Amino acid sequence: MSHAGKILKYELQNLLRSRWLLGTAVVLFGITEILFRFGGDPGRTIASLVNIVLVVVPLMSVVLGTVYFYNSREFNELLLAQPVNRTSIYLGKLIGFAGALCIAFLVGLTGPFLIHSYGLRAHVTELLTLLAIGCALIVIFVSLAFYAATRFEDRIKGLGMTLAVWFFLTVIWDGLILLYVHIFRQYPYEGGLLALVFLNPVDLGRINIMLQLDISALMGYTGAVFQKAFGTTRGLTLTVVAMIVYAMVPVLFGLRTFRRKDF
Amino acid sequence: MISIRHLSKSFGKLRVLDDVSLDIHRGTVTAILGPNASGKSTLLKCILGLVNPDSGKILIDNEAIAGRWHYRAKLGYMPQIARLPEHLTVAELFSLLRDLRAGDSDNDIELFARYELGPMGAKHLGTLSGGTRQKIIAAVAFLFSPQLLILDEPTVGLDPIATTIFKDKVRKERDNGRTVLLSSHLVNEVEEMADHVIYIQDGKPFFAGTMAEIKSRTSETRLDRALVRIVEASREVRA
Repeated sequence: MSHAGKILKYELQNLLRSRWLLGTAVVLFGITEILFRFGGDPGRTIASLVNIVLVVVPLMSVVLGTVYFYNSREFNELLLAQPVNRTSIYLGKLIGFAGALCIAFLVGLTGPFLIHSYGLRAHVTELLTLLAIGCALIVIFVSLAFYAATRFEDRIKGLGMTLAVWFFLTVIWDGLILLYVHIFRQYPYEGGLLALVFLNPVDLGRINIMLQLDISALMGYTGAVFQKAFGTTRGLTLTVVAMIVYAMVPVLFGLRTFRRKDF
Repeated sequence: MISIRHLSKSFGKLRVLDDVSLDIHRGTVTAILGPNASGKSTLLKCILGLVNPDSGKILIDNEAIAGRWHYRAKLGYMPQIARLPEHLTVAELFSLLRDLRAGDSDNDIELFARYELGPMGAKHLGTLSGGTRQKIIAAVAFLFSPQLLILDEPTVGLDPIATTIFKDKVRKERDNGRTVLLSSHLVNEVEEMADHVIYIQDGKPFFAGTMAEIKSRTSETRLDRALVRIVEASREVRA
């Protein structure tokens, strides 16, 4: 096994026993369960979960990721003094942490669906899309958190930067989109709109889930444009490629900073 | 064993190491003394590859270490603060390090045994006291019988008995031909353990030599007095 693989293994072992990870799974399980009690069927529960997954999951990832990386700084020093290269340590820790969070997310969210499995078969694609988008967002935002925690010595700065990016992508970006549509409403604005959606992993995730759900019919003409762009195999491929790129950017920046850093 | 040539390092405007050149000889215990923020830890971290120097180079066994990591198989490191993954057990921490250094020389479990860490194997690291964690990282530093031991203020968190065991171990390894480099604030302890002394101030080595040299040069019999003499003498020169 490579050095990164060994670090990943112990990282998972450590994290899967931690209370906050268990807490994350329990909270997600609880929310999903409550939504089932109110809504009743899997389709509606998935629709209600969309915003939780798109907003809360990235928030959890940046906060937990930043705090965790800062807290493991002293142990990292001990690891860095071993005959292991820095890339293995960084990737081992990153994949371990993102993996542990994905496990908590998947267990927490899928649990209630297995309990209330009646009528689930019709919604399997929707659920899988939601889970895939959630995991992609976890990887992207954890990579961002690790980059910030490597880049800034000061915890407050690091956490502040990740929260600012989270706020920008989940809230301000949508405002920009509305502003864009408002300004260019007299013109054919679909191309720019698609580009704006594509440039933000959270929005990209949202559109992909929306199109799986029945409510996309309510989006009228815009919905048709999105359906044409994202509903095809080409659209799906583009989405997957874009998500991978969005994860690679913070990973590469983080790796570069970590390799040059003074501890 | 280690040759340091014209090593400089700045953090922002602060010059932490200023053109440091030193030699550390095989089979000796060398102590780095100096006030707080004098550059002791930074010097040790440069040797470990934790800090990248701005200029100058470090050779270990005549090989430049810049940008390399394989050489660290020769090193054992005991950091100043011991914060370990809370939910791993003592046994798992040791197996992690053994996994990472698979193929390294046979495990030296003398400290592990004398500190009675064996019965704690199943305990989580987060539940242990600071002193016990310090014992663990001490045992880890010696575990792979490294040629070179780097100890950053090793005895600070250890109780008196653990400290005595530690000192015995350091001397024993020196007699086995290993090289030890340690930083410390405790002059008495340095006097007991070290053969060579390096006194650093403001990022520059003020004095480097054997214990006998430093004492004969200042005609003092105790190291703490001798150091005070050296520092005062240098102030007079500057004034």
